Parts: sequence; structure tokens; C-alpha cells
Amino acid sequence: MATKSLVTRPSVRQGRVTPQQRELFAGLAFISPWIIGFLIFTAGPMVISLGLSLTDYDVLNPPEFVGFENYQRLFTDPRLGLSLANSFIYALLHVPSVIIVALGLALLLNRVGRAAGFFRTIFYLPSVTPAVAVATLWLWILNPRIGLVNQGLALLGMQGPGWTTDPVWIKPGIALMSLWAVGSTVILYLAALKNVPNELYEAARIDGANSWQQLLRITIPLISPTIFFTLIVNTIGALQIFTEVYTMFFGNMSSGAASSAGLFYNIYLFRQAFEFLRMGYASAMAWLLFFIILILTFIQLRVSKRWVYYEGS
Amino acid sequence: MSLKRFSVFLLVMALMFGVLAVSAQDVSGELSILGFNGTTGDEIATVRVDAVRAAYPDLTLNFTEGGLDEQQFLTAVAGGDPPDLVYMGRDVLSTYAVRGALMPLTECIANMDIDMSQYYDAAVAQVTVNGVVYGIPEFYNSIMMFINNEALADAGLTPADVNTSDWESISALNDALTRVDDTGAVTRIGFDPKLPEFLPLWAMANGASLLSEDGRTAQLNDPAVVEALEFAAGLHAAAGGRQAFMAFRDTWDFFGAENQMVADQLGAFPMEQWYMNVLAGGSPDVDITFAPFTDRQGNPISYVTGSTWAIPTGAANPEAACAFMKTITAPETWIAAATTRAEMRVADGAINTGVYTANRIADETIFSEVVAPIEIEAFANGVDTILSVQEDAFAIPANPAGSEFRQAWMDAVNRVLNGEQSAQEALDQAQMEAQAALDEAWAASE
Repeated sequence: MATKSLVTRPSVRQGRVTPQQRELFAGLAFISPWIIGFLIFTAGPMVISLGLSLTDYDVLNPPEFVGFENYQRLFTDPRLGLSLANSFIYALLHVPSVIIVALGLALLLNRVGRAAGFFRTIFYLPSVTPAVAVATLWLWILNPRIGLVNQGLALLGMQGPGWTTDPVWIKPGIALMSLWAVGSTVILYLAALKNVPNELYEAARIDGANSWQQLLRITIPLISPTIFFTLIVNTIGALQIFTEVYTMFFGNMSSGAASSAGLFYNIYLFRQAFEFLRMGYASAMAWLLFFIILILTFIQLRVSKRWVYYEGS
Repeated sequence: MSLKRFSVFLLVMALMFGVLAVSAQDVSGELSILGFNGTTGDEIATVRVDAVRAAYPDLTLNFTEGGLDEQQFLTAVAGGDPPDLVYMGRDVLSTYAVRGALMPLTECIANMDIDMSQYYDAAVAQVTVNGVVYGIPEFYNSIMMFINNEALADAGLTPADVNTSDWESISALNDALTRVDDTGAVTRIGFDPKLPEFLPLWAMANGASLLSEDGRTAQLNDPAVVEALEFAAGLHAAAGGRQAFMAFRDTWDFFGAENQMVADQLGAFPMEQWYMNVLAGGSPDVDITFAPFTDRQGNPISYVTGSTWAIPTGAANPEAACAFMKTITAPETWIAAATTRAEMRVADGAINTGVYTANRIADETIFSEVVAPIEIEAFANGVDTILSVQEDAFAIPANPAGSEFRQAWMDAVNRVLNGEQSAQEALDQAQMEAQAALDEAWAASE
């Protein structure tokens, strides 16, 4: 009897859920909506697009396996090189502009007292404006003849360029427009600035450091992780820009001035997929961009070790 | 009984004794329609949709409003849940047809006894691929010259001096009408060639077509096309080049009462006939002359575009879709819609310049019986001009690379206008791109 009881009775120790396991299950339960969403809406489509990139697929008929033909085509397509170059040039214009302007605004907001909340809201509001509305609005703001930008430059005695008509100024114009949504980066910098200890500034002042020296030696190093984060996020965003440019130059308001200068990578990708019905090639393009971003991010991570300061690391 | 209801009543009676008499099919169930503003559109859309509803009371129409969203259409087809009916531009129909995304309408036309000869030849050619009809044409947009009399008078000229068959005279006219202020900013464009979109018109005026009749061979770097592009693009120079031209053109109140003709910002341009309706509605007192655009031999020509109805492969209710297409493009239906518009214009005290359908039988009745004589001579002449060029219109032949072919020549024109390439270089590049796209698309379809 005793032997039978020992064999058949389940072990209490085995069935007990440890606090660590309970914590793990709870964590997984909380994060499961995101995991499920990620698997269905991100990882799943990525795997499918990887498969499609090896096929000739016009969306309307079943895909046909063509091996690496689409990837080979990437290296012989002159439009792809043009679109990639356009996206890189734009990223080089956009990312530093956003970081400098956002940091400047954040530094100003950091000094505002009671009305800080009001100004934070004001600066953030444009970030939630729909991209199509922003693009339409900026077509007028950037109009070389009657736009606010060139009217303002005229008041200063300067003749503004053809932001929307001159291929040379198309990308700078779009980079200027992108500052409209700088508010989200401002908020991040503002939060980082709040965490910089005041004692450091007091000590620096006692040592005779001026404002510029304080900015370079205290503020920027201490918020460098946030600057690094915005650098990566804005670089990725810049390389993936689509809606605003498509609305401004490739939709119903198309003027043709940007047919080459404004042909960004994602616009060319969209055309290949949905206008020229080459979904397989477009998928290969998407993966090329993915790897380019991956390499860029890796380089940024490596370089960041030289200039990003993590407190306590 | 309101006018709209009365029109629909008359139409239903006509359909009962006409259209429906040839159809023994049971038209019922649900019909999903993509790309057409069936409930939020103007009276031309809603009256005709009401007519379909009245003719087929057991049919439930579900519209996805707005223009055709290619993404939405493609994903619906790929997902095995296509709409029953799709409304699209005729220039892209063949792209979908050769890939098997659209149903051949041979059976539909035979079963519903649709008379394809009632539609304009150029429109039918656009929806016919390899001898098979895939669409029922809807509208028919023709091109004519819009001439600003005030600008001409300012230069000591008359509308008779606008001669589009003589390109030297167009250049001279452009120079004479263009105005630049003291700061060097253009204040009036003399002659807008409407590039890049009207390159096919300029090429045809010079005796060339961008694509062979069978839709297989691009002819973009034909010397006549190159010459046409060089000439038309050169017209921008008088206004200070493309940038100055576009910067000024973008400021126009194109659809408003202070449009570029009223504001004397443009001398003359070729334009689609729907813009005459815009002017008639927004600025009926505009001092304007309409005239045919002519080729270099003096013959009126028109580059025609327009829309079409088509049934996607795998549509759940193709019989109803076919009945819908027949009814909504039938002469009686168009006439009912045009009648409603005419009465609305009278009620508003506005000019009625009519509706330009792809159905020549409907047009004959609309312009002989529905559209009342227009008191303003300019607009009366405009209507006559359009009607006179409709049968001479041409379209780019149907081909399976419609979007890519169009993109190739549009980009080429833009490169020339932006000063990136000469006309020859741009069209040589476009020729290679377009031919490669055509070859690939035809190969995929066979």
C-alpha cells in the first residue's frame, strides 16, 4: 500500500509553480498581444515577402519561383540606384536638421517655467497632423511664387529657390517640410534634459564654464543616449519616407519636377509593386532596404561607443 | 414629382420596354462595385445608379466610393474576394486584362445583347485586347483649344491667329502673348503645351504614334516624336523655363471663378472638354474661344481618354455586373442623367454644356434634344467643336504594360523639361524602358 501510494501520488513539489515561473507567465500574458501582433503583422509578412522576393509575382497570378533573379536585377536597374541615392541624400539633409532643430527647441523649452506644458503641446501638435494634409499644406508653403517661405526670404532681400519646381531644391524642400514634425523629437530631448543633474551645471559655472561649454561638456554628453536613439530612428524614417513625397509630387498634384529628384526608394518600390505589378521584385527591393538599414544601424552602434555616454556603465 | 424622380420614371419605362426585353436573366443579389462614386457623385452618377436600382429592384448595390485604389483592387483579387464590378481608366484596363484579372465580356455582350457599335471606336479599341472586349466604355474625354480672347486682343491678335497646324506661328503666338513683369516674373503664359500629359497629342500632330497599333512596339524615339517633344518643350522657354512656368502655373485658381483665363494668366492651351464645364459653371462670362486642335496638315485631332466598367475574374455575381454595365451606359440612362443635369442648370440659371459619353447614340440625342441652345456663343461653339472632333479622336492602343509604358514617356518628358536630358536622349531611354516593359508584359500574358 505504502509503495503504491508513493508511486501514484503526484509530487507536490513537481506541480508547484515557482514565483519566478508565475512572474514569467504573467509577463508573457501581458506581452502576448504585442507578440501575437508582431508575428501576424510584422514577422509573418516579412517571411512571406522573403519568399516572394524569389518569385515572379504579379499579384494576380500564382507566384513562379525564379531563384535570385530579382536580386540580380537590383544591380542592373538604374532607377533603383537613383532612388537609393535620393533617399540617402534626403537622410543626410533630414537627420542632422531634425536633431539640431529639436535640440535647440528643447533647450529653449527647458528654460520655460509655468507655460512649459502649453508649449510642449504646441510643438507636439504638428506631429499628429495627417501626412497627406501636411504635404498639401507644404506644397503651398513652399510654392516658389506665393509660398510663405519665399515670401519670408523676400522680406530679407533674398530670392528663394524653386522648392517644388527645381530638381536641385526638391530634396532640401522636403527636408524643410520634415521639420514640421520635429515635435516628437523635441519631447524626447526635453525629457532627457530634465534628467541632467543641476549640480553639474552649478559646478561648471563655479569653474567658469560659459553656456556653450556647458552645452558641449555637460548637456550633450549626458543626453547622448537620447541623441543616439533619435539618430537611429530618424535615419530609418528618412530612408523609408513615402506618404508626404508621394502626395506632393506623384499623386494627383504631380507636376513632374520631382520625377527624378523626388523618386525616393519607397516610392519606386510602391510603383514596382502596385503600378507595374512586380511584387516579387518589389519584395527583393524591400529586403535590400532592410539590409541597408541593418548595416547602417550596426555601424551607428559601433561608432556610438566613441561618443555615447551611459551613466553607470 | 421632382424632376429627378420624373427622369428616373421615364427611364424605367424605357428600360422595361427596351433594355430588359432582351434580358431573360435573373438579376438579383448583391453587387459590390469598386472605384465609382455611386451615391456621393454628381447627378450624372446618381441618376444612372437610381436607374439601375429601379430596373433591378432585387439587386443590392454596394459601392466602395472614391477612385480606383489599385492596392485595394489587387489585394482583393489576390485574396480571392474581388468586387463584382470595377470602374477604372481605359488606359490601364489591358494591364489587368492580359493577366487574367478581368473577365472577357464576350458572353456578357452576347447574353445581354449589348450593341458595341453604339460606343465610339477609339473607346472600344482601348478596351479590346487581342480581339476580345474586356470593358464597357463610360466617358469620352476629347481635347480642344481654349483661347483667351483678352490676351489676344492685348497683343493685337484675334482667335483666327491661333493656328495649331503651323508650329512656327504657335511659337510666335507664344512669344506675343507671354508677359513678364519688371522683376522678371512671368505674369501670363502665352501657350501652355500641357506637358507631359499631352505628348501623344503633339506626336500625333506631327504624324507619329507612341505605340504601334498592335500595342507591342514602342515608338517613343521616332524622329517625329522627338521633334514634337523638342517643339512643345521649347514653348516653356518664353516664360523663363520650366521652373518659372510651373511656379506660376501652380498659383492659378484652376477650378475657381478667378481661374487663369479670367485672370488673364494664360493665352491659350489644349485641354480636355470637361474643363469647358468648369468654366461654364464658375466663370460663364469669360471671354474665350474654343477651337479644334489640328495636326500639321490642318486636320482636327483629339487625344481621347476615359473610363470603363469591367468585371474582375472570380466575381460572385457576373450576371448582375453585366446587367449593371449595360444599363448604366445605355442611351436611355445617359439621356435621363443629361436631362436631369439640363433641368438643374436651368434652375440654377447656369450654362449647360452637356455630358460627353462614350456612347455615340446617347450623345446624338443629348446634343440634339436635351442640351438647349446655349445663348453664349463661345460655349455654343465649344460644344460644336467637341462634337466635331469626337469621331477623329485617337487613343494609345491597348497594351499590357499600360502604367509602365505611360510612366516611361512621362518621365522622359519631365527629364527634358527639367533640363536633365535632350529630347533625343530622354526618348531613347524611354524607348528602351517602354519596350522592355512591353516585351515582359506580353511574354507574361502569353
